[in-house]
Amino acid sequence: MASIYRRTLLGFFSFSLLLVFYLAPALAQENPYFVAYDHYLEEPGNLEIEYFSTFGSQRGGNSFHAFWTEFEYGATAWWTTELYLDGQTTFNDSTVFTGFRWENRFRPLQREHFINPVLYVEYENKNGADKILKEGEGHDLESDFLVSNAEAQKEHIHEVELKLILSSTFKGWNLTENTLAAKNLSNSPWEFGYALGASRPLALKASAKRCTFCPQNFIGGVEMYGGLGDRHNFGLHDTSHYLAPVLAWNLPSGWTLRFSPGFGLNDNSHSFLMRWGVSREITGFASMVTRFFGGHQ
Amino acid sequence: MRAVAAALAVSSSFLAVSVVLAQSRSSGKPPVGAAPKYDPAIYAELQKAPEKARNRLNPLENDPDAVAAGAILFEQHCAECHGNSAEGSPKAPSLLVPEVQSATPGALFWLLTNGVVRKKMPVWSKLPEPQRWQLVRYIKSLGGRALPGDSPAPKP
Repeated sequence: MASIYRRTLLGFFSFSLLLVFYLAPALAQENPYFVAYDHYLEEPGNLEIEYFSTFGSQRGGNSFHAFWTEFEYGATAWWTTELYLDGQTTFNDSTVFTGFRWENRFRPLQREHFINPVLYVEYENKNGADKILKEGEGHDLESDFLVSNAEAQKEHIHEVELKLILSSTFKGWNLTENTLAAKNLSNSPWEFGYALGASRPLALKASAKRCTFCPQNFIGGVEMYGGLGDRHNFGLHDTSHYLAPVLAWNLPSGWTLRFSPGFGLNDNSHSFLMRWGVSREITGFASMVTRFFGGHQ
Repeated sequence: MRAVAAALAVSSSFLAVSVVLAQSRSSGKPPVGAAPKYDPAIYAELQKAPEKARNRLNPLENDPDAVAAGAILFEQHCAECHGNSAEGSPKAPSLLVPEVQSATPGALFWLLTNGVVRKKMPVWSKLPEPQRWQLVRYIKSLGGRALPGDSPAPKP
């Protein structure tokens, strides 16, 4: 039975790879953030396939490499839906699949404003071995990661996560603030967190020639994120916080590379996180699926 | 294993939702390759640009590289829906028609910035302002290729 699951999962990833390399890519203009979100959604009908990694140093235990794949689809110009598959390797321990997330972002306002809100709703089905650190919430601490994978996997977490994303773009700068509220669907209190981000392309004008290394293809910035406690104990006490410079390189071939060294800001945080990611945006995914099933575009 | 099974179930659902969305978006539309019908109502959104926005001048009006840069940007971000020569497609209207070509640069910039999210046109303010103005220069440079009211067939 396990072998059937593994083969099916492998088949799914192979199909994803086929999509990545076969279908028409689009030049992405992706933000460089790993944790924070801005207000830009995926273009309608486009699919972005993304792979991300986080290496984390662990005091008093084994360091880890957590990884996740995202399938981000622009359902409409005001709704983006996304599936995550997460896993991790803890050195001197094991490699485990840690769960999935289904994320939706909605743009309630039709036009662009100085501050643009986006509503974010996510369902997470994961286990306690999850280490991707995709957000800071509640009283998450570095010491939580000391538990062995075998033990941590026994904890099943069904969580709903809500975010209010407020994002502005001003003179080429994107400034974004995300407020997070998460609820484990078991009898746990609401937990809170935040993420802040600022980024800007290295050049605002596009070059008149096709180029790979033009400064407009690079977007640099910084993000900061962490937990804000829970309903019973709101605040910064026993929370972890990170500051991370971020850089994205949008290649003309449709690939985007991201890179971010992150630094823990207090003793509850991992002292160092190294994140990187690669993604490719595929245009016309909806049309392809429609044609595949014999429909009209 | 339950988690893997659940992941697979969600993956399948994700694909199914994509298909349903794609199908629903396509219903009643002409088949691939069909010329888009000319519908003046589609361009009514340009008239909604506030006067202040409509009267903005393109700061790159005299930039000799703006059209070439705009052409590359158009190919990268717009051609998928509007067609390689902006002739339109079943997904998005032609930009060669008089409604667009006679619109002020400010109105086109305003539409690019705000999108028409209820009608599938995304917000393009993620492109920095100078790049949006470069796109406007390119779109305006296409003027005169089509006869008024024409709905040119897309390139093969």
